[in-house]
Amino acid sequence: MIYFDKVTKFYNGGMAALDDVTITIEPGEFVSIVGHSGAGKSTLLKMIFAEELPTEGTVYFESNNIAHFRKKDLNALRRKIGTVFQDFRLLPTKTVYENIAFAMEAAGQSNEDIAADVPHVLDLVDLSEKMDSFPRELSGGEQQRVAIARAIVNQPDVVVADEPTGNLDPISTYEIVQILKKINDLGTTVILTTHNKGVIDSLGKRVITMDEGRVVRDDKTGHYVL
Amino acid sequence: MSFWLNIKRVSRAGFIGFLRNGFVSITTVLIMTIVLFVMGSLMTGSAALNSVLSQLQDKVDINVYFLTDAPENQMLELRDLVAELPEVADVQYVTREEALANFRERHKDDQLTIQALEELEDNPLGASLAIHAKETSQYEGIAKFLENETAVGGSFQIIEKINYFQNRVAINKLTSIIDASEKFGFFVTLFLIVVSALIVFNTIRLAIFTTKEEIGVMQLVGASDWYVQGPFIIEGALYGFAGGLLALFLLYPVSLWLGPASQAFLGSFNVLSYYINNIGWLFLSMVGTGVLLGAFSSFMAVRRYLRL
Repeated sequence: MIYFDKVTKFYNGGMAALDDVTITIEPGEFVSIVGHSGAGKSTLLKMIFAEELPTEGTVYFESNNIAHFRKKDLNALRRKIGTVFQDFRLLPTKTVYENIAFAMEAAGQSNEDIAADVPHVLDLVDLSEKMDSFPRELSGGEQQRVAIARAIVNQPDVVVADEPTGNLDPISTYEIVQILKKINDLGTTVILTTHNKGVIDSLGKRVITMDEGRVVRDDKTGHYVL
Repeated sequence: MSFWLNIKRVSRAGFIGFLRNGFVSITTVLIMTIVLFVMGSLMTGSAALNSVLSQLQDKVDINVYFLTDAPENQMLELRDLVAELPEVADVQYVTREEALANFRERHKDDQLTIQALEELEDNPLGASLAIHAKETSQYEGIAKFLENETAVGGSFQIIEKINYFQNRVAINKLTSIIDASEKFGFFVTLFLIVVSALIVFNTIRLAIFTTKEEIGVMQLVGASDWYVQGPFIIEGALYGFAGGLLALFLLYPVSLWLGPASQAFLGSFNVLSYYINNIGWLFLSMVGTGVLLGAFSSFMAVRRYLRL
């Protein structure tokens, strides 16, 4: 469903952030990407939702070249991809409920669907009681769960999580990973980057290891090896 | 349905944003208030200037004095001829009897003059025409016309004198003062409008700068450009609306305070009655400018951050 074909990326003529990367991600997979800081993990993820475009090579989403997408197609693409970041990126002036509802409103969903689905995903991430709180009133782990709820509320095909546990304590980390696993069990493709060895080893799923912009290892049931 | 639903959502988000961004909203509204207050004062000031200038213009006229034995039909014929000139606003014919009555009225405290007048058997005053031009710069042309008509060989040999030629210097001076004040007023207004627009634009840009990250997040969630921009545009318009309204309210006590003084100083122009008589127009231009300026500034400011 996602296919990187010999993708290379330069930022302003410097060193290659990605160097001739070719990978395929199948529907329903749970893929972890590991590597040192600056190995190109985030760049790889950004190309999936077209925040960055390749300098050379092509990224395909469901056989369509992302570089050829128009603005409208891009918005549609981003609604098929849920994104979760290390710094949560919630809208600070909106409540938990409104943050999640915003993603549905932007996708043009009806008020009835919003009223039905938002409480449902909040229940899934166990935050029903915090629905009227603002992000600043929540702990890091809770904010990240809101971000995950927002990422999955439009029932995306893929959830992309860029170091979602980077700022969290071990218990919150465990909870986030469990939620991601649950999402994957329900059939959604999950792409995760992380530095956390424990997370990778406990998952027992596919691991792609990157170094200096290249894919140096791709194990079906991998472990964290660097 | 989707279109109206989106409009509704965007407007609601704009209102909520306006209310929740408390401090930023208040400072932005206050700056808009100051700018629009200056604009309102400028409008009042230019109305005052115009009123003073037109008062001055009204005082200027050309008087044509006829010979005492000029036949009435010829004088009336000249009056009609002059009235048809495109530059002429109005012509007033003063008969000999009216001229005498005016003279008596003007000198009623001056026994000596009145006595001298009584000594005369006949009315020494001729009839006259008082001519008002539309613009002070047009007197020259009217005077030329009269001169041609009444010169030796012209159709009218009934004129004793035309006072334009005595007042010429004063009239020309006044014309150039009026021209200069109009030009000066125009450039000051233009300058202040440009400065105000820049201040508002920059203020709103700073207000939106703090939400730069949010705009990126909205786009990542898949919101279309206008769905992201919409609430900010509504918010900007609300800043302008609130600022305009506040400025209009502020203008009231200022007019109340300046009203009597302006009347005393400017004669016919009263700041307070201008405010009250033109409240609709002031509302439209101040609030309207605020809303347009706010919405447009927001539109431009958000557009910079729609980079995804």
